[in-house]
Amino acid sequence: MKSRALNTIRGLAAGLAASAIAAVLAAGFAGPAQASGEAVALPSESWTFDGPFGKFDPAQLQRGYQVYKEVCANCHSMKLVKFRNLAEPGGPGFTEEQVKVLAAEYQVTDGPNEDGDMFERDGKPFDSFVSPFANDNAARASNNGALPPDFSVLVKARPNGANYIYGLLTGYHEEPPHGVELREGMYYNDYFAGHQIAMAPPLSEEAVDYTDGSPMTVEQYARDVVSFMTWAAEPKLVERKRMGLQVTIFLIVFAGLMYFTKKQVWRNVEH
Amino acid sequence: MAGHSTYHFKNPVVRWFDSRLPLISLVREQLHEFPTPKNLNYWWTFGGIAAICLVVQLVSGIVLAMHYTPHVDMAFNSVEHIMRDVNYGWFLRYLHANGASFFFIAVYIHIFRGLYYGSYKAPREILWMLGVLILLAMMATAFMGYVLPWGQMSFWGATVITNLFSAIPIVGPTIVEWLWGGFAVGNPTLNRFFSLHYLLPFVIFAIVVLHVWALHVPGNNNPTGVEVKTGKDTLPFHPYYTIKDLFAIVVFMLFFLGFVFYAPNMLGHPDNYIPANPMVTPAHIVPEWYFLPFYAILRAIPDKLGGVLAMFASIGVLFILPWLDTSKVRSATFRPLYKQFFWVLVLVCVGLTYLGGKPAEGGYVIAARILTGYYFLHFLVILPLLGLFETPKPLPASISESVLKKGGGGKPAEAAAAPESRG
Repeated sequence: MKSRALNTIRGLAAGLAASAIAAVLAAGFAGPAQASGEAVALPSESWTFDGPFGKFDPAQLQRGYQVYKEVCANCHSMKLVKFRNLAEPGGPGFTEEQVKVLAAEYQVTDGPNEDGDMFERDGKPFDSFVSPFANDNAARASNNGALPPDFSVLVKARPNGANYIYGLLTGYHEEPPHGVELREGMYYNDYFAGHQIAMAPPLSEEAVDYTDGSPMTVEQYARDVVSFMTWAAEPKLVERKRMGLQVTIFLIVFAGLMYFTKKQVWRNVEH
Repeated sequence: MAGHSTYHFKNPVVRWFDSRLPLISLVREQLHEFPTPKNLNYWWTFGGIAAICLVVQLVSGIVLAMHYTPHVDMAFNSVEHIMRDVNYGWFLRYLHANGASFFFIAVYIHIFRGLYYGSYKAPREILWMLGVLILLAMMATAFMGYVLPWGQMSFWGATVITNLFSAIPIVGPTIVEWLWGGFAVGNPTLNRFFSLHYLLPFVIFAIVVLHVWALHVPGNNNPTGVEVKTGKDTLPFHPYYTIKDLFAIVVFMLFFLGFVFYAPNMLGHPDNYIPANPMVTPAHIVPEWYFLPFYAILRAIPDKLGGVLAMFASIGVLFILPWLDTSKVRSATFRPLYKQFFWVLVLVCVGLTYLGGKPAEGGYVIAARILTGYYFLHFLVILPLLGLFETPKPLPASISESVLKKGGGGKPAEAAAAPESRG
C-alpha cells in the first residue's frame, strides 16, 4: 500500500522534473525566432588586448589616436580622457613633451580671470579632450537630429564592444539590399540595430596618413581606432591583467599550502 | 553563551581583564574550543565564505564611498574618476561590483545546503529565519548599490522596482512618491539610496552576529542530520575547521578574483556604462543575475499586485519552511524522495533565473508560470505531504558510527590519509 504511494510520488517527481525542463526548453526554442532578422553575427577579430596576457600595442594606440583626432573627433567627444593619460603607462606611450604639444593644439575656455572674464588659452596635459560641440543640442543640430555618443566608455557600453564597433565601421553597404527602403539621410549597416544608421561611413582608403608604413585601409583604421577606444574605456587593463597574474599565482601556491596543512591537521581524524 | 569560563589564564593581566569582560573567554569558547561535528563536508564552508564576502564588501565599499559623489550630475563621472584617477580605484570598484555577485553565489549555495540537509528544522528555526532576514537585507542593499553608478540600468532598474509599490491599493502611489522623495526617480532618490546602501551592510553584520549566536546554541547540523551524541562526534573548531574554511576561502577567492581581474564586466550589463537618461528607455530592463529568479516570478503573474505579492511570497515561504516540512528526518541522504524533489527545485530555480533574463513574452511567460507554480507547490504541498508518505532510510546511531561505516571496509589508514575526498 505504502510502496504504491511511494511509486506514485516518485513518478510524479520525475514527471514534474521532465515537464519543467521541457517547458524551459520549449521556451528557449520559441524565443529567438522573434528576434531573427535583427542580429547578424559580429566579426570576431583577434585583438592584442584579448586573453589573460593581453596588452595594448603603443604604436597601434598612437595610430588609433590619430584616426580619432582626424576623423571621429569632428563629431564624437571623449570627455573622460585627459591629455596626460596619453603618456601614462599601459597606454599609447607618448612622451610628456609630446603630450604638451598635442594638448596645445586645442583652445580651452578657462576662467574667470581677475577681471571676472572667461578667456581662451592653449590646452594643457591636465585638460580633458576638447569636445567638438558645446552641448548635446548643438551636436544634434549639426547631425541631422542624431546624437554622436561620447567615446570615453563606449566599448564597455555595447555588448562585445570592440568587435561590435569594428563591425560597425567596416559593415557599411553602398547600396541597401534589395527591397530595403532607407529613410532620408540614413545609411545601411550590417551591424547597427535595425540596419539604418545616421552616421555616414566615416572611414575610407587613405583618409588618414600613417607615417609608420601601416596599411592605410578601412580595416586597419578600424582596428587601430577600436584599440584606442578600448584603451580609453579601460586605461588600467594592462595593470589589471599583470596584477591578476601575480594574484593568481600567489593564490594557487597559497591554496596548495593550505590544502597540505589541512591534510596534516586532519591526518589522525576519521571523518 | 559566555561568562562561565572555567579556563584559568596564566597571564595575570589577561585574567584581570577577562574576569571583568570575558571577551577572551568568549573567543576561546566560541571560535577555538567550540565542538563541531567531525563529518562536515565542504558545502559547510560557504557560511564562512559568505562572512568573508561581507567583510570584503564593507571594506571596499567604505573606501569607494570616500571617492564617490551621490549626485545625479556627478555620480557616473565620479565612478569613472575612481576607475581612472584613484590609486587602485579600478580594483576597488571591480572588487565591490563582482563581490556582490560572489556574495550571492556563496549565500545561495549556503541556502541550498541548508535545504538539502534540513538545517532549518528544530531546534534551528530561529537560525534559519535570521538567515532569510540576511538574504532580504542583502537584496535591498544590492539593489540600492546597483543604482549608485547612475547608468541606464541603475536609473531604469530603480524606476521599475520602486514602481512595484504603486501596486499597493489606495496608498501605493503615495508610498512611491515618498520613496522617491519627489515625482520621479531623481536626486533625492539617489541620495537616500546611497545613505541606506551605507547603512544596511552594518544591519546585515548585526544579523550575522545573531545568526552565529543562534548557530552556537544548538551547534552545527551535519550531513547525517543526526544530532551530536558524545564528544567522539565532534572536533574543536580550531584548528580543524579554521584550516578547512581557510582552504575553501582561498579556492573561492581564485574564482572571485579571476572575475575581478580577467572578466570584470561579464556579470554586469553594458547599458550601465551609458549615463542615466530619463528620456531613453533601454530595450530590455533586466536586473542583476542574482535577482532574475524573483524577477521571473514577478512577471509570471499577469496582475501587477499579484506579481509583487508572489515575488515577496517566494521569500516569505522560506520563513515558514521549518513548519512546512513535516518529516522528522533532517538530511536528504536518508530521504530518497525528498532528495529527488530537492534537485527538481534546484533545476526550477535555475530555469527561473534563465527566464528572468528573457523578454516577458510568448513561451517565456508560459514557462515562467509553470516554474513559478512548481516553486510554490514544492514548499506548500510537496514538503508537507512528503513527510507523511516517505519512508526514510535507517539513520545511523551517531555521527561516529556513520563515519566508521563509510571510512571502514578494512582500510582505516587510507581513509585518514585522504580525509576529504567527497564533495
